[in-house]
Order: sequence, then C-alpha cells, then structure tokens
Amino acid sequence: MNNKKIFIEPLFRNNPVTVLVLGICSALAVTVKLEPALVMALSVTIVMGFSNVIISLIRNTIPNRIRIIVQLVVVAMLVILVDQVLKAYAYEVSKQLSVFVGLIITNCIIMGRIEAFALANKPIPSLIDGLGNGLGYGIILVVVAFFRELFGSGTLLGYQIIPNALYIKNGGFYENNGLFILPPMALILVGLFIWVQRSVTKELIEKK
Amino acid sequence: MDTNKNLYTILYATGMVVIVAVVLAFAASLLKERQQRNVEIERKQLILRSVHLGAEASSVKDKDSYIEQEYARYITDSSISESGKDFVIYISSGGGKQQSGEPASGRYYIIPLRGVGLWGPVWGYISLADDFNSVYGATFDHKSETPGLGAEISTNAFAKQFENKKIFDAQGDYVSIQVVKGGAKEGNDHQVDAISGGTITSKAVEEMLYKNIKEYMNFFAANLRASKERERMQIEREAAEAVAAEAAAKAAADSVAKVEQQLRYRAYLQRQKEQEQRDSSQNN
Repeated sequence: MNNKKIFIEPLFRNNPVTVLVLGICSALAVTVKLEPALVMALSVTIVMGFSNVIISLIRNTIPNRIRIIVQLVVVAMLVILVDQVLKAYAYEVSKQLSVFVGLIITNCIIMGRIEAFALANKPIPSLIDGLGNGLGYGIILVVVAFFRELFGSGTLLGYQIIPNALYIKNGGFYENNGLFILPPMALILVGLFIWVQRSVTKELIEKK
Repeated sequence: MDTNKNLYTILYATGMVVIVAVVLAFAASLLKERQQRNVEIERKQLILRSVHLGAEASSVKDKDSYIEQEYARYITDSSISESGKDFVIYISSGGGKQQSGEPASGRYYIIPLRGVGLWGPVWGYISLADDFNSVYGATFDHKSETPGLGAEISTNAFAKQFENKKIFDAQGDYVSIQVVKGGAKEGNDHQVDAISGGTITSKAVEEMLYKNIKEYMNFFAANLRASKERERMQIEREAAEAVAAEAAAKAAADSVAKVEQQLRYRAYLQRQKEQEQRDSSQNN
C-alpha cells in the first residue's frame, strides 16, 4: 500500500467510525456543539499520529506479553501532555474539552490503529495512518456535530444561524429540536451516515 | 534478542515507566506557572463579569494585564469572620453596563458560589446591590458539565436572567432564586429558566445559590442595620436642616412683610400728602 492510499482509505472507504464502528462513545459525547467536536478531532489526530510513530519506532523492542500495557502508557502520556499544553497555552479550549481529553485514552481507534498498523509498519506510514484515521474520525464528528448544533441549538460555532424572529417565543413558528441535544440523536445520525455510505460504496455490503 | 524473557519484560516495563514519569514531571513543572496564572486570570475575569466589568477582555491585545488592571482598580477582597468560619466577599467600587439595563454606579457586593454539578464542580459569582436584595449580575462556570446541556450555565444568556432578580420576598424572607424547569413565570422576581436537558446542573446552580448566599445573612443584616442607621441619621440631619431652613425662611418672610408694610405706609402718607395738597389748592 502506498502512503497516499494509507491516508485516503480511512477518510471514507475504511472510516474508523462508520465502517469499523470504533470510537462511538466519544462521538456521542462531544458532538452536541461544533467547536468541541473540532478540537476533539484535532486532539485525537495529534495523539494518534504521535502514538503511532512512537510505537512504530519501538515496535521491535516491545515484549509481546505486555504490549497492550506499553501502548496504553504511551497513549496516556501523550494525552496528559496534550492536556497540560492546552491548559497552559489554550486555556479556553482546554475548558471546552474538559473531560473529553481524558476520553482520548479510551478511544478504541487509537489502540486499534496501534495494534493493527503501527506494530507492523515503519514510522512514516504509521504516522500517515494515524493522521488519516484521526481525520476520518474527525469528519464524522464534524458532520454529526454540524447537524446536532444546527437543529438542537439553532447555532453553528456559537453563532445564531436560524433567525431569532422565527422562534415561537418571538412570535414565529420554529422551536429547537430537543432530541438533537440528547445522545441518542448522535447514534441515529451516525446510522444515517452509514446508510448513505453503504449505498454509495456497494462493496461494503456483506454477502449473505 | 529474545524479547519474551521475564527479566527483559520486567526491565523494559520499569525503564518505560521511569522515562514516562520523568517526561510528565518535567512538563508539569515547566507549565505549572502558566497554568496557575491562567486559572487566576480566569477567576478575576469571572468576578469582574459579575459586575459587568472587563467587557473589552476579548478585544484588547494583552488580555491578562487588562484583567489585572481592571481588577485592581475596582475590586477589593474582604473577608468576614463569623463563629470560627471565614467568608470571602468582594466589594466592587463600580459596575459596568448591565446586559438588559442601565449603566450603574455605586457599590456592589460580590459573593463567591461553590457547588456540585453533574460531572464535577460548578462555581460562580453573584453581585448584589447595596440593598442586599436585588441582583446586579451573575456569572457561572463549571469544570466538566456536558457541552450544549449543563455547560450552558456559563453562557451570557443564562447569566443575564439573574439581573434585577430579588433574593428576598415581599415579606422579607430569604427565598434565593429558583432555577425552574419548564420556564420561569413571567414577572416572577425569584425565578429563572433552567437549561433544557441540563436539569441536574440547573438544580445544582439553584442549590449553590441558596446555600452560599445564606451564609451571608448575618453580614447582610449587620450592613443593612448600619446603612439604616446612616439613613436615619441622614433623615434626622435633613429634618433639622429643614427646621432651620423654615425658621430662616420665616424670618426672611417676616422682614419682607415688614418692609412691605413700611412701603405701604409710606405710599399711604404720600397719598395723604397729595390729597392735602389738592384740598388746599381747591380751597385757594
């Protein structure tokens, strides 16, 4: 596989969220608003890139019996570093993400890519794979968050999109849809996304 | 090299943990100062915002020193000791423009609030006018409430609702401010709307307000007594002044009357004189 393909594959055709169904938990949690979704996508991409490179560099020295622990320690270290740096230099953003930075550790995509790719490949392809999967995850997050914020709060990135005059309380007919704010809607949206993706890419459909 | 030997595994694990620990400790001590400064600036900005000051924080170039300056200019930290406990209260010597109303002047008392939200702590500041009843402004923040739900308590839209609410009812009983699910009643001075989907956080805010403000009851009472006393003395002084002024006015009026009487008398004499002259000329 060439590097370009490694990068492109996870964006759509082999997307970690919609095809591998990994990282659903955090996709539900951070997609109420667009802004935390963007920052989360960026943080996951950075952590995934670095952890893939580090694990790939030391892949031949890792004792097989404790390799999961080694992976966890590396990922945890990176997450704590990201958290600390954000707190020092981007305090507002770190407040936005609050608990979710910790959630990066438990993101199955990161462990999944380390196990499936970084342990068996050279650092450069591993980096590209990490970044590609991070972005693939980010695309889903942003799409879901876009719809959830637009219909749930009537805003995008905190700016009012649906005109205030249309709301019932101001004499109009429109009301924000409360279901979009709640976690089930994220699952429904991801489900719709999978549906769309499968009808576009027919080879994803399992043979009976 | 055989990476599956026990000795190798143990050494590898030990070495890895030591390296990671060193890296993290190094990063933490390197960034600690900046992080603490961020937290401090954040706290000061929240306090300023509760009295609608520091509004230009997002547009000035050096936000940190702007906040420090504004804080030093307006806010005085003071603490109250009461039955072995210390309470902090911040006194602001001025206020900015309210979101919904007039610009203001005067003294405001800012009470720090601490509470427990759904996922972690919530906190905030509420400022009261010097009648210790009407709310001038409020700000809230949280550690880890859900974005879009509980986290909405930190928005201006939520904080704005508290402006001009009252913490005492018409009978003078302490009622604090309720955060009402399904919407506050129009015109109710003690209710604000809860956050939809953020019921537990909203309840946390309500409880936090009730508990924290309650601690200051004695302070309010003492201050109100003092200000009533000042008011009473002011009224007495004004009354005394009024009496004096009345006396002075009376005296002035008396003297005016006297002058008028004299003038009238003089005019009468004049007329009499003229009459006499006319009489004598007719006789001639």
